[in-house]
Amino acid sequence: MKKFTTEQGVVIPLDRANVDTDFIIPKQFLKSIKRTGFGPNLFDEHRYLDKGEPDSDNSQRPLNPDFVLNQPRYQHGSILLARENFGCGSSREHAPWALDDYGIRVIIAPSFADIFFNNCFKNGLLPIVLNKDVVSRLFAEVEANEGYSLVVDLPAETLTTPSNELIPFEVDAYRKQCLLNGLDEIGVTLQEADTIREFESRWRQRAPWYFSNVRPGDS
Amino acid sequence: MAGRTLYDKIWDAHLVNSRDDGTALIYIDRQLIHEVTSPQAFEGLRLAGRLPWRADANLATPDHNIPTTSDERSQGLEGIKDPVSRIQVQTLDKNCEEFNIPELGMNDRRQGIVHVVGPEQGATLPGMTIVCGDSHTSTHGALGALAHGIGTSEVEHVLATQCLLQKKMKNMLDRVDGQLGPGVTAKDIVLAIIGKIGTAGGTGHTIEFGGEAIRSLSVEGRMTVCNMAIEAGARAGLVAVDETTIDYLKGRPFAPQGELWEQATADWRTLVSDADAAFDRIIELDAKQIEPQVTWGTSPEMVAPISGHIPDPALENDASRRSNIEQALEYMGLKPGTAIQDIQLDYVFIGSCTNSRIEDLREASRVLRGKRVADTIELAMVVPGSGLVKEQAEAEGLDQIFIEAGLEWREPGCSMCLAMNADQLPAGKHCASTSNRNFEGRQGFGGRTHLVSPAMAAAAAISGHFVDVRQLENWV
Repeated sequence: MKKFTTEQGVVIPLDRANVDTDFIIPKQFLKSIKRTGFGPNLFDEHRYLDKGEPDSDNSQRPLNPDFVLNQPRYQHGSILLARENFGCGSSREHAPWALDDYGIRVIIAPSFADIFFNNCFKNGLLPIVLNKDVVSRLFAEVEANEGYSLVVDLPAETLTTPSNELIPFEVDAYRKQCLLNGLDEIGVTLQEADTIREFESRWRQRAPWYFSNVRPGDS
Repeated sequence: MAGRTLYDKIWDAHLVNSRDDGTALIYIDRQLIHEVTSPQAFEGLRLAGRLPWRADANLATPDHNIPTTSDERSQGLEGIKDPVSRIQVQTLDKNCEEFNIPELGMNDRRQGIVHVVGPEQGATLPGMTIVCGDSHTSTHGALGALAHGIGTSEVEHVLATQCLLQKKMKNMLDRVDGQLGPGVTAKDIVLAIIGKIGTAGGTGHTIEFGGEAIRSLSVEGRMTVCNMAIEAGARAGLVAVDETTIDYLKGRPFAPQGELWEQATADWRTLVSDADAAFDRIIELDAKQIEPQVTWGTSPEMVAPISGHIPDPALENDASRRSNIEQALEYMGLKPGTAIQDIQLDYVFIGSCTNSRIEDLREASRVLRGKRVADTIELAMVVPGSGLVKEQAEAEGLDQIFIEAGLEWREPGCSMCLAMNADQLPAGKHCASTSNRNFEGRQGFGGRTHLVSPAMAAAAAISGHFVDVRQLENWV
């Protein structure tokens, strides 16, 4: 997994609540069997004026000038600022893959949907939950100051604003460790393979009906 | 010691170990797999040289982007016209073969939407932990299983280790007391709950649905309710095991049999929350007060009873909520104050993992028997949830009721719920849909979705606009 320690970047304000995973990456791009290449289709239905398809030449498509990603002052931003319940909807990991592929490293919102939140950590993306009022203040500061950027320090669990204000945030200890070290979680779990086998053996005795064959015969 | 909730009991039984920070390793009994969220997981196994921990704990079937017309399906993989979709379905077949994963292939008569197939085959059992790379895995909680959606990295993690890293959720009880009125269904219950608590109301919680109205539902109805727990923000929904659950499972192909069935059912009957169990949050609804529900916006919480009106954002004090309503009404092309019954429709979709089971089709057919779809409806379609649901419906003559009424009778799959295949809602068109999400673009680029029950979708098909199904002569 990709490591995350610190990030300094321009903040992109996406002033919307309940940004769902269809909004982040529409369904037609989920047909890919790869993990990469979703960046040009991040927020596709709002970023472009036409309907995109997996084989579209995105460089030829008409851009929506009103959408935040297309405004010159937010080009190359790496920190996304959004409102409540970001990432609600489906479990598609294509959503964090698209954000990552575009170059987003940090998402700040007052709340996130559970599955999306979890998926971010698997991909070296850092979702940060901040108080609703702090998020509102950041929206105002970003709007007022072109080139507004934040420094995100994961080891210290702080954000630093351009005026050197420190804003603390919290991350689960295990998730933090995985991000800082870029751990292969499957490898970590498999270090406990003996414990899993012992559990499985006890469970098979206790509840053998869960271990029945589900291999379908001919219909 | 205080009593435990049903969620606590299933969690405790599957706890392999836990860390100091509250992260726990949980054993997974069943993983369901489909073509969209699994290819990168299998590729990950391949790159790391890993094999599935217990291949037989998995069950795969393609559902998301397969065609639903009989003509296309009869051609097998060649019938999938979009080459990108075809490769994805082929990739599932190849991965299942290479890793020895049980699969019900596209043209197996038992194929269908994973969340319809699992319970139907008895691959979903009470007390199990179940995961799938699909958020509507919450459906399986209707049988007293702890089931939730996961991302592709976790699909790979479960394949490789049979475990998942989790933090325990909080317990929420949504209790629906009393009896539903005629014409009001499981879908209306869950839409009313989402309207009350919001799409993030259940975030961080497992929701147990209880109360007389839930107990009175069939397993199919309970699946409709649990299916949409995720639309209330909760990854998992649960209904306690009772005789309805056990009767449903008896004789299912993968359910235990003989002596093992007796042992299993004795164990399953303990899968209820203790009387003195503590819930972190309790929501109460009175079933009698629930009317048929219709969503008018772009989030499932934007819902109103059939007697209601579209809200006026100008009357909303909270700036953020006001802007949400304005954005939604602009996308939906609707005006504040419009009566829900005056919303005109162009499409009708009856299907999806929410409402494509035999009971749903019976419910819709009761309304449609002997009627005709309104001339203004451009397309009305019924997509059964599985090949076996389709066979059952045909044996009961439901297909003829639909066809005579002017609806298309399709092959099983996810279809226009998420429109990954050719079944897409065109821009600007309004659709009465029995699916689960009314997000922008969900059913097709620019499409306008209204979530309703099968009975309400059928009533809308006849009328060309929403009507209160309870006022139709067919409905008893």
